[in-house]
Amino acid sequence: MDMQVNFGGLFLKNPVMTASGTFGFGLEFAPYGDLKRLGGIVAKGLSLKPREGNPMPRIAETPCGMLNAIGIQNPGVEHFVTKALPALPWKDVAVVANLYACDAEEFGELAGVLAGEEGVAALEVNVSCPNVKEGGIAFGQDPAQIGRVTEAVKKRAGNKHVMVKLSPNVTDIAVCARAAAEGGADSLSLINTLSGMAVDIRNRKPRIANVIAGLSGPAIKPVALRCVHQAVRAVDIPVVGIGGIASAEDALEFLLVGAQAVQVGTANFLRPDFAFGLADEMAALLETIGAASLDEFRGSLQLPL
Amino acid sequence: MSLRNCRNVKVLEVSPVGQSKTAGGFFELRLENPDWDGWKPGQFVMIRPASWELDMLWARPFSISSGDKASVSLLIQAVGRGTRRIAELRPGDTVAMWGPLGNSFAVEPDTPTLLLAGGIGIAPFRGYVEQHPHPENLALFLAHRLPLDCYPYELLSKTVSSRCMLEAKPSDLNCIIDTMRELIREYADKGGLVLSCGPTPFMRTVQRFAAEFGARAQVSLENRMACGVGACLGCVTKDGEGHHVQVCTRGPVFWADKVEL
Ligand SMILES: Cc1cc2nc3c(=O)[nH]c(=O)nc-3n(C[C@H](O)[C@H](O)[C@H](O)COP(=O)(O)OP(=O)(O)OC[C@H]3O[C@@H](n4cnc5c(N)ncnc54)[C@H](O)[C@@H]3O)c2cc1C
Ligand SMILES: Cc1cc2nc3c(=O)[nH]c(=O)nc-3n(C[C@H](O)[C@H](O)[C@H](O)COP(=O)(O)O)c2cc1C
Ligand code: FES
Repeated sequence: MDMQVNFGGLFLKNPVMTASGTFGFGLEFAPYGDLKRLGGIVAKGLSLKPREGNPMPRIAETPCGMLNAIGIQNPGVEHFVTKALPALPWKDVAVVANLYACDAEEFGELAGVLAGEEGVAALEVNVSCPNVKEGGIAFGQDPAQIGRVTEAVKKRAGNKHVMVKLSPNVTDIAVCARAAAEGGADSLSLINTLSGMAVDIRNRKPRIANVIAGLSGPAIKPVALRCVHQAVRAVDIPVVGIGGIASAEDALEFLLVGAQAVQVGTANFLRPDFAFGLADEMAALLETIGAASLDEFRGSLQLPL
Repeated sequence: MSLRNCRNVKVLEVSPVGQSKTAGGFFELRLENPDWDGWKPGQFVMIRPASWELDMLWARPFSISSGDKASVSLLIQAVGRGTRRIAELRPGDTVAMWGPLGNSFAVEPDTPTLLLAGGIGIAPFRGYVEQHPHPENLALFLAHRLPLDCYPYELLSKTVSSRCMLEAKPSDLNCIIDTMRELIREYADKGGLVLSCGPTPFMRTVQRFAAEFGARAQVSLENRMACGVGACLGCVTKDGEGHHVQVCTRGPVFWADKVEL
């Protein structure tokens, strides 16, 4: 079955991308499969300057999920451009840079650095930094700011595809989706992690040094599906589904509700070769369930009248 | 370079360690044909039984204790949900395994080398002793909390000069620490090498005495891991310059003066 997808100028040879922060810069996984079998690789979050991230412990296992508070540890965008990008097979697989900043100008600057990089197929804008200027509320929770940040990135992104990654930690995801679309986003990706916490009754301490962390993995899939469902209906731009995908069946569920493609995150930790075979498994499963094509299947969810 | 692919391997055997059949949750897990070019003592594997499905997501890291082309052996202490369920595996069960991962302990064939093990920290030293070209230059010290016959101590004490101390009550700990201090001082004086593996407080003790006496010492860290391949940044520790580095790829073995514990 033809699994290619093409949306907003972004071409993927199949709908499977790897989610930011769960696949390193991609090269970490090269010993476990052929990177060229992926539709896309979303690199770990990049900031203008290197960041050391949060103190340890930063991860905890939870039922069917995990918590993380890595704090966007990364070597900075220059390092990515000069060291990682040239080593990636960007001619054969869409490499997406994931951007992290704490104000609109800084986001614009990051986009400016990457705009001229031939190997970067798209910019994914992570709007979950608490905005210090506006009193701590994350960009991702304020529709007005999502719009402003999207505009700032779009203005400096040259002809790069701009994907805005939404947080589920909001009252109305549809409002956030519309704000990004109005700001000029070429597509949306959702969801980022859910805000969560874990504690230890024996030593009476939080299990994560940062206390509050991001929940991911199969435990969040129902929330993710609901968010994608609502976003798809709120905007006309393409949507990429993320959250708890751990099988071909899970991935197809997101396409059924209308996602163009998916990103696989925590499942890369189940085993490092997980993402490589997923597109083939999806194709096989589509045939098994009698779908005529990917396009026929996508968004064909039958809702009660 | 060794292959590091991820494979589905079969369980060959799960057997209690030592003579004690009531062993305190210590067992040897033997897995079939890992298909490697080779491995070095101190390296580890990530394993995840297929039977976990989506119940527990992360694989678990274990030192490679012994092995050849036909099989690989891990010595495991059941301490929690994952290791208890690994103990329940039966021959023929399927386990996803990737490795060998990480760096390894220094091998200096002609240097007197002290192996300091805290409990199950003895696991990588079995391989170290087996692969060392001059085991007569090795000495082992094991600090343990459970009966000695729970550990693969006898296996090693046949080949290398060995000593062990039980920590049954708080005052025993002081004796253990004093002994470690003397041993590390001795190896510092004779220009030897000190290699250690055990829980973090044990590693801190080694680090402290190594600094005090100027001993060349390595510590193997057991940080919580999710991916094992350097991608998630969950397992980091601080290196000598205060930067976060991944224990899974930059370790698990560090020179004691180049890591913050
Ligand atoms: C490189 C490396 C090599 C290791 N080699 C061995 C080995 O050869 N044999 C062996 O028995 N164990 C080894 N460990 C430790 C082993 O990975 C943990 O004991 C195991 O992951 C615990 O899983 P669990 O689900 O049973 O514990 P959980 O249910 O997650 O936790 C139960 C208890 O175990 C402790 N624990 C959890 N994870 C770790 C950890 N990574 N290290 C130490 N304590 C932990 C927790 O603090 C908790 O008190 C190694 C760890 C690393 C990082
Ligand atoms: C360890 C870890 C690190 C992450 N780092 C980032 C990041 O840097 N930028 C980002 O936009 N999302 C980050 N995420 C969120 C994931 O990309 C993804 O949105 C989320 O985990 C949900 O998908 P999953 O359930 O498939 O993991 C991270 C997730 C994890 C588990
Ligand atoms: S366990 Fe993921 S980076 Fe080390």
